[in-house]
Amino acid sequence: MANFADANRAYGKALAEMGEVYENIVVIDADLQACSKTQPFSDKFPERHINVGIQECNMVGVAAGMAAAGKIPFVNSFGMFTAGRAYDQIRNACAYPNLNVKIAGIYSGFSNGEDGPTHQCIEELSVMRAVPNMVVMCPCDANEAAAMTKAMVEHNGPCFMRMGRGEVETVTDFDGYKFEIGKGVMMKDGKDVTIIAIGNMVAVALKAAELVKAKGIDARVIDMHTVKPIDRELILKCARETGVLVTSEEHNVLGGLGGAVSEVICSEYPIPVLRHGVNDCFGHSGKHQDVLDHYGLNETTLADVVLKAVALKK
Amino acid sequence: MEQSRVKELETIAYKARVLGLDAINKAASGHVGGAFSVVDILTVLYFNTLRNIDVNNPKNPARDRFVLSKGHCTAALYPILALRGFFPVEDLATFRQIDSYLSGHAEMNHVPGVDMSAGSLGQGLSNAVGMALAGKIDRAKYRVYAIMGDGEIQEGQIWEAAMCAGKYKLDNLVGIVDYNRLQIDGTTAEVMPLEPLADRWESFGWHVIEIDGHNYERIAEAFQAAENYKGKPTMIIANTVKGKGVSFMENNVEWHGHPPMGDDYVNARAELVAHLNELEGK
Repeated sequence: MANFADANRAYGKALAEMGEVYENIVVIDADLQACSKTQPFSDKFPERHINVGIQECNMVGVAAGMAAAGKIPFVNSFGMFTAGRAYDQIRNACAYPNLNVKIAGIYSGFSNGEDGPTHQCIEELSVMRAVPNMVVMCPCDANEAAAMTKAMVEHNGPCFMRMGRGEVETVTDFDGYKFEIGKGVMMKDGKDVTIIAIGNMVAVALKAAELVKAKGIDARVIDMHTVKPIDRELILKCARETGVLVTSEEHNVLGGLGGAVSEVICSEYPIPVLRHGVNDCFGHSGKHQDVLDHYGLNETTLADVVLKAVALKK
Repeated sequence: MEQSRVKELETIAYKARVLGLDAINKAASGHVGGAFSVVDILTVLYFNTLRNIDVNNPKNPARDRFVLSKGHCTAALYPILALRGFFPVEDLATFRQIDSYLSGHAEMNHVPGVDMSAGSLGQGLSNAVGMALAGKIDRAKYRVYAIMGDGEIQEGQIWEAAMCAGKYKLDNLVGIVDYNRLQIDGTTAEVMPLEPLADRWESFGWHVIEIDGHNYERIAEAFQAAENYKGKPTMIIANTVKGKGVSFMENNVEWHGHPPMGDDYVNARAELVAHLNELEGK
């Protein structure tokens, strides 16, 4: 029986745990603490929690100043309003001086479903990945979100962490699971094709692998939680061993995971790479799952893409 | 403040003006007008007010912090840091050039003495608020200073930071507006009026002091008054003259980002050096 848990909630809990070990962690919210789920931290360390109100640009600027004074600040808002609205502050005040600021982009992808395109975000992986010095990540489940939060604390430098809203299926609760920034995780081995997925599409990819199995295709599934630095070695290994790749993300197919994988492949081991994701369009209001289905971000569409990829193998 | 001390500060400020002018001329690039309006304030900060500044340990955690939010005025900041001893004065000749660490806008990782990188306008006050909040959390004694251009405070983020500093009663924070009344496209009054400026800051929860930003005694007194005032951050509105010290540059927006070359450079330098010689009794 599958377990479901909220990645955001795991993040907030991990922050509270890490706050005990690292006295210099501070957490900043911008009137969305109810969504960022950082309350376990602020309950425990009220003097180290700041709420700046609806001021995303100031929030990131304040974090940069705190980092310059030795703190490890975590800033929180919807992905649209950290990576989007505060882009200049992230680039110039955090990344350029390489300050130790951690940026959470919550309610990302289509997960802010009913609120519609102004509150959804399908481009922040691309945008953040293009900024020098940034580490850019997205966990596939609550377990990985907790591990990622801890790794971000231990990493010295600016990081962006993308999270969706709501509960997602836990897929990393297996023996031997290990989280390391920049190292993809083999979720299921296979020899005919590799699906490289990120975020909640990892669980979808595992289901798609089951669907194509019925057609005699043995698909490998990789959880590529870090899009920058991208795991070049693992991508090339999968390319050599399976001959064709499919990327899958709840994100624009331009510049995110699909872009990062394609960049490695086109210059080092040219083979077909099919990109499953949002086809360069804005979303729509609706229940998260309905929006995902509307744009083909489900296992049946992904399985079709996988079959198409296998057909392209030389 | 004794008159001999005032003269000392003025001498440093005019040396910095000459060094800044030379650096801009050598690079054929840089912002002379705003550098000359703000350099007297920087002189007082680095040679009178900032505490626990250590040129051998520029990142000393106990130091007072300074953010040049109008980050383009490195032609004032770098000469002041060099004269203070953070790096050799001769290095100013490499300013803004490909083989130099002295970048066009203020940069904290390669220029010793710079506490915060800046350049994209409107951001430095937030950074200073962050430093001041960190100081409050740590119960540290350091104070934080941020200088903004007057045109710069047209940016919305400045007022976010203003509101935030008021909320957290950051009496360890001092903002300074370099109010020279000129910006690239004209006067601030024409482009985007700032008045009533003092009232605006007061209404955001700040203690406000208005001074002549070229009077060394008044500048030093204002910093002291800010330190004495508890429960609110202080904003110093410094009335200044863009291009101060060179008659043909004063109050002339043409000299915002235009490097003085040829006769303009020679004449500007001669005027500054003449005043410097006067100060030094030569």
